[in-house]
This record gives sequence, structure tokens and C-alpha cells, in this order.
Amino acid sequence: MLPLLTPLETGSEGGIGVLLPALPELLIGIVLFGIIWFVAAKKVVPMFEATYAERTAEIAGGIEKAEAAQKQAAEALATYTEQLSGARAEAGQIREEAKAQATAIAAEIRHQAQADSERMLASAKAAIEAERIAAMHQLRAEIGGLATELAGRIVGESLESEERAQRTVDRFIAELEAQPEVSA
Amino acid sequence: MSAMIGLLIPLEGFPPGVNSFDSKPLFPELGPSWYWVNNHLIQAVIATVLVIGFWLWMAREQKVVPGKRQFFGELAYNLVRNSIARDILGHEYRRFLPYLLALFSFILVNNLFGEFFLFMFPTFSKIGYVWGLALCSWILYNGAGIHKYGLFTYLRKATLPEGVPVLLWPLIIPLEFLSNFIVRPVTLALRLFANLFAGHLVILVFVLGGTLLLESGQAFLVAAGGMSLIFSFAIFALELFVGFLQAYIFTVLTAQYVSSAVAEEH
Repeated sequence: MLPLLTPLETGSEGGIGVLLPALPELLIGIVLFGIIWFVAAKKVVPMFEATYAERTAEIAGGIEKAEAAQKQAAEALATYTEQLSGARAEAGQIREEAKAQATAIAAEIRHQAQADSERMLASAKAAIEAERIAAMHQLRAEIGGLATELAGRIVGESLESEERAQRTVDRFIAELEAQPEVSA
Repeated sequence: MSAMIGLLIPLEGFPPGVNSFDSKPLFPELGPSWYWVNNHLIQAVIATVLVIGFWLWMAREQKVVPGKRQFFGELAYNLVRNSIARDILGHEYRRFLPYLLALFSFILVNNLFGEFFLFMFPTFSKIGYVWGLALCSWILYNGAGIHKYGLFTYLRKATLPEGVPVLLWPLIIPLEFLSNFIVRPVTLALRLFANLFAGHLVILVFVLGGTLLLESGQAFLVAAGGMSLIFSFAIFALELFVGFLQAYIFTVLTAQYVSSAVAEEH
């Protein structure tokens, strides 16, 4: 006969009794669980959470650092660009100034040269005029003499009176002067 | 054969029944007042030590960039922290996290003892331990509700959902009271207990019955016994899964009850 077929022991408790707790088990279960809870609350969870917080902070810090570096780089680039454009503008300005200065200098030189030439021309003209006048006076005197001599030779002895002769010469000179000054 | 299996599994006689779950006093010579120090108590204490040791070992010398040990620890920790506590409780999860973590790991380790060869017995098939945890959870979620709203407001919120017509109050209030204060802890306890009790019983039937059949000497029965033992491995695998699932469910439901107790809307 197999023990398989033995009926259940008559003494075994059944029914609702199965669901009733033994008091020691209940209390021990609560105490043991309470210990685990305590350790979890005081040690385990704070340690894990501290690590997590640190990790979060580190990641956030890394991102912040990267952002700061990026910002710095952008600022440096802006400064550099600004400086570059400033230098360019300055160079352009200097070039403009130089050009203007060169123009001014050239104009001044030209002006001075012109003034010089004008002055020289004027003084040359004045000298020429003075010489012309002097020559004319000299010529007039010489021509008067020559003419008188010529006329005396031509007329000969017909001229008795000194006075008359002088009048004739004067008339002649006046006529000469009345003519336009071709030689001037 | 039975001697060999007896080394691995504490055979308790056949047929398995309620008596298979009886605890053995460790010091019977000291008299009935010391009967409470039994093998299952030692088992529960060992589970406690294991759980605490595991978490302390996982929590020590943590680094921002985790190693293998810490990675595994965080995996286990995050299962409770993110998948249970944070998803259900929202921003208030941090306060209840230690409780849920302790609850989940304590139940899980004790359940796995049902398939672990030194013990071969799930501690929570002893209903006393289960009632203890259910009582703790009951106090926790009611305490959380009372702490947040005060006793009277909490009771009103817990028993009377918003927008119920006055005519239905006599019906709704007792029903909600029954549901929130009595059915919840009872189902919490019975679900865990019954799953492990029944699972262990099934394992006993397959293993003990199979062993008996193997020893019967009749060819057909020996074959049936062999099949029974082979099938017991499938049952073991199932029980491993059930043990994990029940630990998870108990923890999720506790979190759910806390969440509904402190929720703005009921």
C-alpha cells in the first residue's frame, strides 16, 4: 500500500485557522522588516541618493563649464572681429588722409610754382619795359641828332636859323610819337 | 534516493498539507515558551541579514562613474526607485522610498528562499510574517494620508469620492470604507500568502510524490515519479517568477495605496 493513499491526519488544523497569524511570527516579521527599513532610510537610500545628486551636479557642472567656455570663445571672436574691423577702418582712414595730404601738397606746390612763374614773368616784363623805355629815350635822342644831321645834309645851308631847325625837329619827333609804337 | 533529496530538501512527510508548513522549534528542550525560536524565524533573520548586507555592500564606496558592483546595485535600486516609487508617487517618492526598498528586497529574498536549497521554504508562506508586512503597509498609507490631511479630512476623502450624489452616500461610504481600510490590507496579505503557500505545496506534491513513486518499485509508477521530478523543475522556475512577481506586486500596491491616500483628488 502506498503512503500516497493515507488520509490526512485528523489532527491537522484547517479552514480559517490557516489564516490566523501566530503572534511571535507577526511581531518578529514586523521587527525584522523595521530593521531593514531603518537601515534603508538611514544608510542605503541616502548613500545612493548622494551619489545620484553628485552625478547630476557633475553633469550639470560639466554642461555649465562647456557653456562658459563657448561663451568665452564667442566673446574672444567678437573682440577679435571688432579689433580687425577697427584696424581696417583705421588703415582706410590713414590711407584717405595720406591721399588728401598728397593732394594738398601737390596743389600747394603747383600753386607756389605758378606764383613763382607769375612773379618771374612780371619782373621780366617790368625789366623789359624799363629797358624799352630807356632804349626809346636813347633812340629818341640819337634819332633826333641823326635826323638833324641828315636834314642838315639834305637841306644844306638852307637852314639859317637855329630856332627854326629846332622847331622842325620837334615837329618830326611828335609825328613819330603820334605813330603807333610798332617796335614796343 | 530519498536520503539524497532529503539532504537538499527538508522532507516533511507525505502527503503534504498544512502540517508541511509547521515550524520546528530549535530548542524543544527549553519548553513551549521558547517554541517561537524556530527554523523559520532563523530563516527570516538570515534573510534580513542578507538584505541589509546586500544593500550596504552595494551602497559603500560609490563613485560618480559606477563600477560593475555599483552598476548592479543601481540597477536593483532603480527598479524600486524609478519604476515603482517615482512612477507611482511622483515628486513625493523620496519619503517613501526607504520603506518600499526594504519591503521589496525583504519579500523578494524570502520568496527566493522557497527555491534555495538550504531552506527550500518561502518564509511568507507562514502567514504571521505576511500579516506583519500588510499591517505595516496599512499603517503607512493611512498614516501618510492622516499626516497630510488630518484625521477627519482624510477619512472623508478616503470614504467619499468627489461628485457622488447625496442619495448614494449611504451606499458609497460603507463600500469605500470597506474597500480602503479592510479589503486592501487583507488582499495584500492573502495574495502574497496564498501564492507562496500554494506554490510551495505544489512543489512538495511534485517532489515528495515523485520521490515516493520512484521508490515504489513498480515500473509504471517509477516512470511517473521520474516525470514528476522532471516537471518539478518547471514548477521551480515558475515559483522563482512568482516569488519575484509577488514581491513586486506587494510593493507596487503599497505605493499605489500611499499615492491614493495622499492624492489631491480621490
